[in-house]
Amino acid sequence: MSDLTVNILITLAKIVVVELVLLTCVAYTVYAERRVSAFIQNRLGPNRVGPAGLLQPIVDVVKLLMKEDIVPENATKGIHSLAPGISILVSLSTVAVIPFGDKIVLFGKEIQLQIANINIGVLYILALLSLGVYGITLSGWSSNNKYSLLGGLRASAQMISYELSMGLSIVGIILINGSFMLDKIVQNQYGWKWNIILQPLGFLTFLVSSFAETNRTPFDLPEAEQELVGGYHTEYSSMKFAMFFLSEYANVIIASAFISTLYLGGWQFPYLQTFGLPDFWVSIIQVFTFCTKTLFMSLFFIWVRWTIPRFRYDQLMNLGWKVMLPLALLNIIITAIVMTLLK
Amino acid sequence: MIENYIPVILILAFAVIFAVVAIKASRFFGPRNPNKEKLSTYESGMEPVGNAREKFSVKYYMVAVSFIVFDIEVVFLYPWAVSFVNFQKPEMVYALWVALIFIVILILGLVYEYKKGVLKWD
Repeated sequence: MSDLTVNILITLAKIVVVELVLLTCVAYTVYAERRVSAFIQNRLGPNRVGPAGLLQPIVDVVKLLMKEDIVPENATKGIHSLAPGISILVSLSTVAVIPFGDKIVLFGKEIQLQIANINIGVLYILALLSLGVYGITLSGWSSNNKYSLLGGLRASAQMISYELSMGLSIVGIILINGSFMLDKIVQNQYGWKWNIILQPLGFLTFLVSSFAETNRTPFDLPEAEQELVGGYHTEYSSMKFAMFFLSEYANVIIASAFISTLYLGGWQFPYLQTFGLPDFWVSIIQVFTFCTKTLFMSLFFIWVRWTIPRFRYDQLMNLGWKVMLPLALLNIIITAIVMTLLK
Repeated sequence: MIENYIPVILILAFAVIFAVVAIKASRFFGPRNPNKEKLSTYESGMEPVGNAREKFSVKYYMVAVSFIVFDIEVVFLYPWAVSFVNFQKPEMVYALWVALIFIVILILGLVYEYKKGVLKWD
């Protein structure tokens, strides 16, 4: 077999493994959300199917699969089916550039623990995130339902407003590292040089913007149940609804992974190289470290959802344009000035 | 260089196949017995009034327009940010001043929008 064929086979294997892990994590994040919310509200949550309710996500998927797929008469049919596809496409392909470990040596071959090590990693994620707005806006418009339209409009206005502060917060990190490669950004965060310490203000604006980008509480106005029923997915049922649900939680996990890559050191375990462990175990511990950080951030997303009430729409837009955007610009200025002074 | 993008194409293909299969799957497994009431637009149990394709607030357009303006300015900051760390001290001071002027113009635009009441939601 030629070198290229082997590389493509390895890539395919990586894609299948990563996507399977991602989808399993999504299913269990939904379960964790229901359990954690129940515990926070002094209830038990789903505990009937399997030990401690652990089989609940599988049963839910089977149930959604067996449901009738209803497309309303007045909807624009083609776009109505296309919209959930766009949402899930974006969530599943964003994971390509996130490094979940350094290199690992398996069967005498060195394997990079990242699906695509491209030199525009950060731009790739930002571009796909912008595409995600289309799925939500098109679903809201094509349903021809007033709740859906309002939800879609709110979602698109909110996402484009916070995309600005998200893009600007990352500029601080790009300034320090001089690269868009996520792998290099992680490698520069050795020891305790995590970006959260170097960029506390940028971390804050990025965290708030990523909550708004994933449409999570306190910014879940697009699907505010009390006033808009389901928001943009009111007219969806069966697997099309499941796709929106899946992509929402996949976005939570990807946002957590992105935050831990950019700010929490990614797969870096402080001073791991000085312990003198064999290389193989170092790689395993690094992957484990990355998963722990991502898991922690996902739990943080859930925790915030059940702690903080929802913003009003004018408060949300004010926060985005009058607080987050100037703060992100301030972060760039401070970073550039400090870098010039230290040179 | 270009072979670095093969994984991206592969994962996009995987995602497209997954999306198509998942969306078609419920047609396969689910029942199909539509009726007129089931296919009508949902409006909390009431008879649907008119159509959703009506006029909506101009504020959404204003947000979209200001987004485009600021997003292009963000795009201009990215090449500057990538090359900043590689500069020598004198070049760096120069680059800092240039960026400061650029960002101040950006902030002036934001202040203008604020004073005009574009960002006001009530």
